[in-house]
Amino acid sequence: MLQDKDRIFTNLYGLDGCTLADAQRRGDWSGTKDLIAKGKDWIIDEMKASGLRGRGGAGFPTGLKWSFMPKESDGRPHYLVVNADESEPGTCKDREIMRHDPQKLIEGCLVAGFAMGANAGYIYVRGEFIREREALQVAIDEAYAAGLLGKNAADSGWDFELYVHHGAGAYICGEETALLESLEGKKGMPRLKPPFPANAGLYGAPTTVNNVESIAVAPTILRRGASWFSGLGRPNNAGTKLFSISGHVNNPCNVEEEMGIPLRELIDKHCGGVRGGWDNLLAVIPGGSSVPLMPKSVCDDILMDFDSLKEVGSGLGTAAVIVMDKSTDIIKAIARLSAFYKHESCGQCTPCREGTGWMWRVMERLAKGEAEVEEIDMLLDVTKRIEGHTICALGDAAAWPVQGLIKHFRPVIEERIAAQKAGRLVQVAAE
Amino acid sequence: MSVRRLDANQPDSFEFTPENIEWSKKQMEKYPEGRQASAVIPMLWQAQKQEGWVSEPAIEVIADMLGMAKIRVLEVATFYTMFNLSPVGKHFVQLCGTTPCWLRGADDLKDVCRKHIGDPNTVSDDGQLSWMEVECLGACSNAPMVQINDDYYEDLTAENFAQILEDLRAGREVKPGPQTDRKGSEPLGTLTSLTTPITAEGAE
Repeated sequence: MLQDKDRIFTNLYGLDGCTLADAQRRGDWSGTKDLIAKGKDWIIDEMKASGLRGRGGAGFPTGLKWSFMPKESDGRPHYLVVNADESEPGTCKDREIMRHDPQKLIEGCLVAGFAMGANAGYIYVRGEFIREREALQVAIDEAYAAGLLGKNAADSGWDFELYVHHGAGAYICGEETALLESLEGKKGMPRLKPPFPANAGLYGAPTTVNNVESIAVAPTILRRGASWFSGLGRPNNAGTKLFSISGHVNNPCNVEEEMGIPLRELIDKHCGGVRGGWDNLLAVIPGGSSVPLMPKSVCDDILMDFDSLKEVGSGLGTAAVIVMDKSTDIIKAIARLSAFYKHESCGQCTPCREGTGWMWRVMERLAKGEAEVEEIDMLLDVTKRIEGHTICALGDAAAWPVQGLIKHFRPVIEERIAAQKAGRLVQVAAE
Repeated sequence: MSVRRLDANQPDSFEFTPENIEWSKKQMEKYPEGRQASAVIPMLWQAQKQEGWVSEPAIEVIADMLGMAKIRVLEVATFYTMFNLSPVGKHFVQLCGTTPCWLRGADDLKDVCRKHIGDPNTVSDDGQLSWMEVECLGACSNAPMVQINDDYYEDLTAENFAQILEDLRAGREVKPGPQTDRKGSEPLGTLTSLTTPITAEGAE
């Protein structure tokens, strides 16, 4: 289990005060000027060496992403954009950073902005996070007043302006190019890539979009050294990570843990165990709603990091762990996710716009058993026709939960259909 | 995708208050010269804060202020689901029904809404309350939860949620955030991390 001395988010729960002075007492903004004095290349190399992989879901190496920005400006400004559009069902970690530990994010913006040659940053906060947005703005105002942002920010010689922007309720804006469209004042519809944002992003200028957590951990990594961070977790899965645990555990919570912690230890140590005990576990969605679920047999000894979850056909995603005990109607649980993706499809690509609605309608029938057994394979076939056939990953994200359900719980679906045909489903049908 | 249309009943006109015009100018300054359309979401949001919902005249006024074609602002207003295209109750309840909240009893909260408010998307007769089901609000470790106007109400039960609704209706003060003994998203009861004193070098 991770020790407190290795935790980055020391005010995750907001129990220690959230002002700039509180944050500085906890070590934020300590020697920022010296970090910047070491230069862009040092910062990017150190971030690469730390092994930090993006915390927004895709797990792309953060230092490498920063290095894609042009070394010198061709006349266009460079932008840092922070993705705080936290909307993946199950995920609620960036919210805690913004309202309880905002100076980590702000300091990270300055350091990252400097490393990629950006004099301006925008933090795009999901519209519903009104109080979090207010808390973040208060923290930014404090930082400006203390000379940590603006001209010669933190006495580093680098000018950096930081702005809070917000959305208005659209999951799709968590996709980086949809976010940029939204920030430009348009509908949040993803762009075709290439060009990638590092070449043509916000307002057509070189831009890097990073998740809140990825940016907020950067100053601590740089202060404590890449080797400290890479020494935690396993190779290619380094560091600490915020886990959001929800669903059927005794004490749902957010917690910072070491990458690669066994799922069972995470749940037992921090969440008081699965409701009704470990043997009452049915399935877990380990990385936010988009990744396929895992049945208990896989959960028993799985490690929580990118590579081990990928190996079992799921993913770490945002490390949002949704726990379901044996009382769960697993078909309904996934059908509700299908409703989510249908609601959130931006409508740009036909396979996703039409397919999400189609999958949802079939899932609703499967939940009631009002289907033919052959339709399970037809549904699986349709998910494959959506997956990989859309501009962004929302189509994939909508397909995977359904695929996971069919892969691991086909007998449950078949049994429901059989029960419906035999007239044994009166109670469920009456709901 | 969600299909959303403007309300059939529209006011004749819309005007920002002088304070909101000032506020809007400040918003536009956040973006580079010529990129003022970036302020469209914040300004539609401010119009909604002022009137309770987004009307067609408000869309036209904002389009003029930002130098945007009306259709572009209409697209934005209908795309983003937080813009209410019809009037809502004084206390507008957005109930999260996505799987993490559903697993912890969101359906019970829906029953409370039906009983204490009425059908979704319908303002109660006293004008005080209306509700709708929304998608994940990002407070999953504090499920089930709802958003009422600007605040989250978390760790709800059918009982304490019904009480909150009736308190709001009666004009009594209510406490936002978790309705249990926790402050944020720490585990209820004994802390399992961050139990040692915190110093500038990190926790001890």
